[in-house]
Amino acid sequence: MAQIEQQTTVAAKPDERIRQVGFLTHMMRRPELGAVAGLVMVVVFFFFAADPSMFSLSGLMTILAPASQLGILAIAASLLMIGGEFDLSIGSMVAFTGLIFGALLTNFGQPLWISIVFTLMLAAVMGAVNGQIVIRTRLPSFIVTLAFLFILRGLTLVGLKWATGGSTQLRGIEDVVGDGLLRQVFSGVAFQPLFNWLAEHDLIEKFDNGVPKVAGVPVSVLWFVGITGAATWMLLRTRVGNWIFAAGGDPVAARNSGVPVDRVKTGLFALTACAAALVAIITVLDAGSTDARRGFQKEFEAIIAAVIGGSLLTGGYGSAIGAFFGAIIFGLVSIGLTYTQFDSDWFQVFLGSMLLLAVLFNNFIRRKVTGER
Amino acid sequence: MADGKTAMSTPVIEVNNVVKHYGSVIALSGVSMKVSQGEVLCLLGDNGAGKSTLIKTLSGVVRPTSGDFLVEGKPVAFNSPRDALDAGIATVYQDLAMIPLMSITRNFFMGREPLKGIPPFRHIDFKHCNAVTHEEMRKIGIDIRDPNQAVGTLSGGERQCVAIARAVYFGAKVLILDEPTSALGVAQTSMVLKYIHQVQQKGLGVIFITHNVRHAYAVGSRFTVLNRGKTLGTCAKGEISIDELQNMMAGGKELQTLSDELGGTI
Ligand SMILES: Nc1ncnc2c1ncn2[C@@H]1O[C@H](COP(=O)(O)OP(=O)(O)OP(=O)(O)O)[C@@H](O)[C@H]1O
Ligand SMILES: [Mg+2]
Repeated sequence: MAQIEQQTTVAAKPDERIRQVGFLTHMMRRPELGAVAGLVMVVVFFFFAADPSMFSLSGLMTILAPASQLGILAIAASLLMIGGEFDLSIGSMVAFTGLIFGALLTNFGQPLWISIVFTLMLAAVMGAVNGQIVIRTRLPSFIVTLAFLFILRGLTLVGLKWATGGSTQLRGIEDVVGDGLLRQVFSGVAFQPLFNWLAEHDLIEKFDNGVPKVAGVPVSVLWFVGITGAATWMLLRTRVGNWIFAAGGDPVAARNSGVPVDRVKTGLFALTACAAALVAIITVLDAGSTDARRGFQKEFEAIIAAVIGGSLLTGGYGSAIGAFFGAIIFGLVSIGLTYTQFDSDWFQVFLGSMLLLAVLFNNFIRRKVTGER
Repeated sequence: MADGKTAMSTPVIEVNNVVKHYGSVIALSGVSMKVSQGEVLCLLGDNGAGKSTLIKTLSGVVRPTSGDFLVEGKPVAFNSPRDALDAGIATVYQDLAMIPLMSITRNFFMGREPLKGIPPFRHIDFKHCNAVTHEEMRKIGIDIRDPNQAVGTLSGGERQCVAIARAVYFGAKVLILDEPTSALGVAQTSMVLKYIHQVQQKGLGVIFITHNVRHAYAVGSRFTVLNRGKTLGTCAKGEISIDELQNMMAGGKELQTLSDELGGTI
């Protein structure tokens, strides 16, 4: 009894073997560290190399709008990657769901809300089918979804020509949507009154007629931030999050411990497809049209952003916040180069180097801190 | 053979004539065994005898090719380990079923996470989880530094202790341990044996796989020996001496000859 009490007091005190584990190591354990470091590096680079207008409000918004669309995909891709799978079909899924969404609105004359709900549901089903094929056949998701990359891109072309009578672009969405509240949730900019007020009080740049140069925050940015928050909370705090890490870390061990691995993975594939559909809805509503090249190569960009964000290609490790920063880095580099003297042809060189650095760094961190021997 | 008071109650787990084929490999060819409440069944046998395969059918990891499986007298068919866990059967697998990149706490509660809050904001109660993990690990004799440490950074024995503490914590009716002491130090081994005894006293059925005859003899109430996928026999503790048991464990081979060759060191 006395011995047990003694042990309890020992346990209550901080362990003497833990003293070296300081703040730094704690930070090092976070997967997003590399992305934060990368963001700082990129910002510093452009701060010196780029025209100052890049960091003006309007400059930042031109970067954030495409970064947020990529970011929504990147977050989903990183969740799926943490869960141990890939989806190479998300770019084609953007095009395909964009077509479905556009055709529902124009060809079938459906109201906006039905088109949105149906598009998301269809995406979820198709994602789940993707997942089921991967799970049942035990083929690598890389191969299965590579097949869907082509299938969906091809179907989009076929469908577009059918819907438009031979064109590869479906127009006229603007005219049929109207301007309700629902539309404002998925397109345009938010916080307009605030930006008007700021312009009135000369706190932000405005045109001569008093209209602010930046009308508001694009809604896709709000979606991006919201999804990052929700995904982070889900990963770190919820049961499903624990299951995602487990399913990606070691599916056999996870299953043996009672984690429904197949359901988790199927759900993640469905979620990824839904993210693609969301991006499709946002971009189609913004552009008022959809075309066959929508979402082209977005699957690679999303995976790159996720990797820069610290997700391991082998699964089981990563973060949504990391993917958030990864997408912003991507946006900064791709658009930032136009503000510099560098030719934007350098973009891919830059990107490839970032990717290589990120992978090397992640590998090092994983071995160092999480104890792979 | 093994009657007495344990046979009076319905066994918590009973299997009859379980057969398991892996393609052309016959891992189990008709194994029968049962465990009652408050009983420790030691499953013994050579490498490759089929012990792990047998307990994997009990814990829902593999589905037997044929055979009956009764839990508390009722026939069941587990589709996944989750079903077995829900039925109160917790297992320490030979490979431990731990995820190196995840924290001790996350591993400990994997698949059984306690939640708090209202849906859709229900989340894992990490404060509770960390406290339980720390306490359960302390009970088994490991004072973990930090429950958020990744399992991959633990030593092999520490890892084994996490798996054991987890199974003991979640096992409601049956605890299955597949060579749980293979990597443990002296203190932790005796702690695990003491644990098995405690769990037995609480009225759970325990299935304990080991290659160490002394460990088996110390805690077992009955011994079932497997050999080449078949039940070689079952004995109660009173009916067999430790030497006879050792011979049976080697699949009936005469160990004495081997022991003599090596100068009596086995
Ligand atoms: N997944 C599998 N596929 C094919 N054969 C298997 C598989 N799992 C087990 N076996 C075979 O079944 C037999 C029994 O294996 P099992 O793991 O049950 O042995 P064991 O008694 O636990 O041995 P050990 O004491 O070494 O752990 C072995 O011959 C093994 O090769
Ligand atoms: Mg075994």
